Amino acid sequence: MDLIRIKNVDKRYKNGVTAIYDLNLAIEKGSFVFVIGSSGSGKSTLIKMLYREEKPTKGQVIVGGLDVAKLKNKKVYKLRRKLGIVFQDYRLLPKLTVYENVAFALECIGEKKDIIRTKVLKALEDVGLKNKVHEYPGNLSGGEQQRVAIARAIVNDPKLLLCDEPTGNLDPEKSMEIMKVLESINKSRGTTIIMATHDKEIVNRMKKQVITLKDGHLVKFKQKGTYVE
Amino acid sequence: MKLFRMLGRSIRDAIKSVIRNFSLSLASISCITITLIIVSVALIASFNVQNFTEAIEKDMTIVVFLENEANEDDVKKVEQEIKSISNVEKYTYQTKQEVKEKMQEESEVFNAVLDNWEDKDSPLKDTFQVKIKEITAIKNTAEKIEKIDKVSIVRYGEGMVDKMVKAFSSIQKITYGIVIALVIVTVFLIINTIKLTISARKREIGIMRLVGASNLTIKIPFIIEGMILGLFGSIVPVLVTTYGYLAFYEHFDGYLYSKLIQLIKPEPFIYQTSLIIVGIGILVGMIGSASAVKKYLKI
Repeated sequence: MDLIRIKNVDKRYKNGVTAIYDLNLAIEKGSFVFVIGSSGSGKSTLIKMLYREEKPTKGQVIVGGLDVAKLKNKKVYKLRRKLGIVFQDYRLLPKLTVYENVAFALECIGEKKDIIRTKVLKALEDVGLKNKVHEYPGNLSGGEQQRVAIARAIVNDPKLLLCDEPTGNLDPEKSMEIMKVLESINKSRGTTIIMATHDKEIVNRMKKQVITLKDGHLVKFKQKGTYVE
Repeated sequence: MKLFRMLGRSIRDAIKSVIRNFSLSLASISCITITLIIVSVALIASFNVQNFTEAIEKDMTIVVFLENEANEDDVKKVEQEIKSISNVEKYTYQTKQEVKEKMQEESEVFNAVLDNWEDKDSPLKDTFQVKIKEITAIKNTAEKIEKIDKVSIVRYGEGMVDKMVKAFSSIQKITYGIVIALVIVTVFLIINTIKLTISARKREIGIMRLVGASNLTIKIPFIIEGMILGLFGSIVPVLVTTYGYLAFYEHFDGYLYSKLIQLIKPEPFIYQTSLIIVGIGILVGMIGSASAVKKYLKI
């Protein structure tokens, strides 16, 4: 079954720039997909449309049965609860501990305290940070902070994990650590992962599905692909 | 259960935010305080004006003097005609004799003078005292009564009372205007306060939206914050209203200048006014914060 279906999508920003031209895509449940392309190719726009930060100008984007383009502002939270999002800049709250940062995601949706506890500890275990539960983000390395962000993204067991350049701020070694974490989440939890990146090394080593974008056009969608300029 | 959890969180966040932005919160609270003091003075004034305007209106009577030679049959006819006028609520009839006795009771001078008068040469007249339903139509009704046979003169309390009521009502309108203007200024100040607390928590709000907090969940802490500002802002005005009015009432012994202008009794009036003031404070805070949040929540 397809988790994501994109049909004839155009995205044109208000300033006149067109980021995506006539995009058609279907992504299966449980897959691990890289979205690659140089800056300005439309990677980020594609990711943003998947979590309804941007609306497509034309066409249909369906994520887990929800028509994102038709989703009203007030109902966006329903989509957001089905997915986790990881950014290049981690977006953690500096005044909260690791545990509190991850728990925050569940508190916001009104989860019970004891359920929050079990879920948070499980997520932190999955990213290998169980021993740093009470640290503050400022005391962690970049790689560790990103793993906290991943834990926060997966704590609610989403079907889909969107990653927008998650390794952009990290050195190659830390990047590979992050990739291992993501791969294990993909395997153990069955979470579909879509990751935008321009890191050749990672794409070539992981041998996953690859969507290549260039100037807003879909160039290639390959199983077990590599990075092509 | 879920609702209570969310509410508890919201209240905690709101109180934190008031403390964190203390100086700006204080500015908003003082502005609300000043506004509400003026609002409360205006409220008390306008309730009192309304109170004695109504009292005066209730007291307005048309006095109908009959002609001297009117006999019992004529009196009955006049009575029938007065009864048939739709604006008449009730009426009482007084014979010359009764009028005389009443006047004698009221004053010793009248008592001495009137004592010697026989009924036949008495200058007094039989009268009807007519109370009417609709004060605005008093002139019309008086004219109708004047046209009835055997009626000599019709008098009603025109003039001074009328002017006084009009003056008070224009004072009332002016105070309403001032109050509305002040409330609007306060709402804007609250909007700015809440905007600042929002921008201080922009990152947090962004994350809340990403992890699927509903708009309502995000809004409620800020709305509660506005309500807290309104509540704090209404403390001083409530005290001023309560003790101020009590002192005022006692100082003037319950009426102004003449017994005609009665003040409203302090209890339960001050409690009702205090409640209204607290209500306005909270409402103003709520409206201000709700409109501030609205602009920030568009995705």
